[in-house]
Amino acid sequence: MKLAIKLAFRNLIGAGLRTWLNVIVLSFSFVIIIWLKGVMSGWDQQAKTDMTNWEIGGGQYWHEAYDPYDPFTFSDSHSPIPGEFRSEIEKGDMEPYLISQGTIYPQGRIQSIMIKGINPKQSIFMLPAHKLDTVMTDAIPSIIGSLMARNLKAGIGDRVTIQWRDNQGTFDAAEILITEIFTVSVPAVDQGQVYIPLDRLQSMMGLEGEATILTYRNSETPVVDVPGWTHRPKEVLTAQVDEMIKMKTTGQSVLYAVLLLLAMLAIFDTQVLSIFRRQKEIGTYVALGYTRRQVVGLFTVEGAMYAVFAALLSAAYGLPFLAWQAKAGWTMPVDASDFGMAIAQTLYPVYSAGLVVSTVLLVLLVTTVVSYWPSRRIAKMNPTEALRGKIQ
Amino acid sequence: MENSQIIRIESLVKRFPMGKGEFTALNGIKLSLGQGEFAGLIGPSGSGKTTLLNIIGSLDVPTEGSVTVLGRSIGALSAGEAARLRKESLGFIFQSYNLFAVHTVYENVEFPLLLLKYSATERKKMVTDALDWVGLNDKIKSKPPQLSGGECQRVAIARAMVKKPSLVLADEPTANLDAANSHNILKTMVSLNRELKTSFLFATHDDKVISYLRRKIFLLDGRVDNDVIISN
Repeated sequence: MKLAIKLAFRNLIGAGLRTWLNVIVLSFSFVIIIWLKGVMSGWDQQAKTDMTNWEIGGGQYWHEAYDPYDPFTFSDSHSPIPGEFRSEIEKGDMEPYLISQGTIYPQGRIQSIMIKGINPKQSIFMLPAHKLDTVMTDAIPSIIGSLMARNLKAGIGDRVTIQWRDNQGTFDAAEILITEIFTVSVPAVDQGQVYIPLDRLQSMMGLEGEATILTYRNSETPVVDVPGWTHRPKEVLTAQVDEMIKMKTTGQSVLYAVLLLLAMLAIFDTQVLSIFRRQKEIGTYVALGYTRRQVVGLFTVEGAMYAVFAALLSAAYGLPFLAWQAKAGWTMPVDASDFGMAIAQTLYPVYSAGLVVSTVLLVLLVTTVVSYWPSRRIAKMNPTEALRGKIQ
Repeated sequence: MENSQIIRIESLVKRFPMGKGEFTALNGIKLSLGQGEFAGLIGPSGSGKTTLLNIIGSLDVPTEGSVTVLGRSIGALSAGEAARLRKESLGFIFQSYNLFAVHTVYENVEFPLLLLKYSATERKKMVTDALDWVGLNDKIKSKPPQLSGGECQRVAIARAMVKKPSLVLADEPTANLDAANSHNILKTMVSLNRELKTSFLFATHDDKVISYLRRKIFLLDGRVDNDVIISN
């Protein structure tokens, strides 16, 4: 083995440009695979972090009638905020939400919305709720997401009419004034959502002191069993994202396989060509005392050594590049909100030691297999014909 | 020295499949070669010279008969045993040199010693000695494409001789060389045969080579047609 490594090294260094071309192609694959995996991991991590920061906090208590997938439950999913949570709410470690269905009328059009009442002084979510902290009598201050603003064709300072039904079933309408438009990568926080001050919504609905959802800041907060409210820990609330990540992982695997395949094609091609082009050399190895199996081993080590060289080259230029990307992020050239999915405009790749080691080992393993595959042919070669280069 | 036999061949037959039938390349060869001989298998193309040389070199096996080289029966050797025989005791010189193009002259000559696991110090001395024999110590860093045909064949001789094998098999070693280079190469081999007592067996139809042989084994249609020993 030691001799095979020594000879393979000599052969590859001696082959010059042919070796370096393969090594460069393979090193690109290394860096691109690690970068792409890092971007995907970053995206996954960002999705969960954004969801925590913008929507679910450290966990929630839902009114027992509330079902986010059934709008018919919204009219009944509210009740007075339990006294058990009063101190936490006063400390700002828990925030109540009131949710109501409604309709908005942008420029004569009609569109269903969810009206969410939140505390303008809250600090659990990244929502710019302080922009709701405005005293006005002729309109309700409101904030909306950028996707929603685009759908409404509305901007900051615009006034739009909304309609809702109070707890008595009476329809009422008022104007909202858009005081802020925020950008978020969590569609559930943006699409079809209009945020107004909690006390205004409570008063509009005739539900003073009531809420639909209570969100706490710290996921370590002890769970309190309150009748009429269901505890939803963070893990349950992020289960959907976890599921999405799992599904994405399958799709990503196909992408890695394609990248890997392209790199391996170069190695496979080189090996196949080598075996035909280097027949005399193979015959000479045998004549000088190698068994055909040892020659197969030598060619396999040569192939695998491409991956080793590529890993070293990748480390030279890839590590600084990957580190820079992790810091600066990758900003997508087109508007991410056009994608219709939860994705930030700038993605920050996240790499783990496991990712780098597993990628290097995978490429090394696949390269070795791809090198061994065509090299098996050598074992069937007649050395006397190989010596004369007569094998077709 | 020439009394101890290093090659003994009895009733050797070698057939190759050809189309639906078979082609008989060697047909009942009986031959022996003593240590230190400088002999040649002479004959026209298709007479079986290279086939016989390949079998003696354990690169091929007999169809019938027995071939014993340095006490080992070629037909009975496993792939590993045959490789060991070639590695330890045989040297090969080819018509087209068969040097490793990407290795330097030094690395080409060093190769057989790597297989035999000599230490770096031993290898350095032995390679230097071998390159001294062929007069190429000033070319150790050159690669074969940078050398002339004659120089390449000298490197091939150094590679064959570096481990001081018992037997060197040379297949048409001068076929790609001009007359001056051929004579130089042959003189080198004659002197190595004398100094190191290494046996040489050539396959050739080149008159220049034939003129240096001390034993001429004429092959015709796969048989030994004549076997002439030249007295000094």
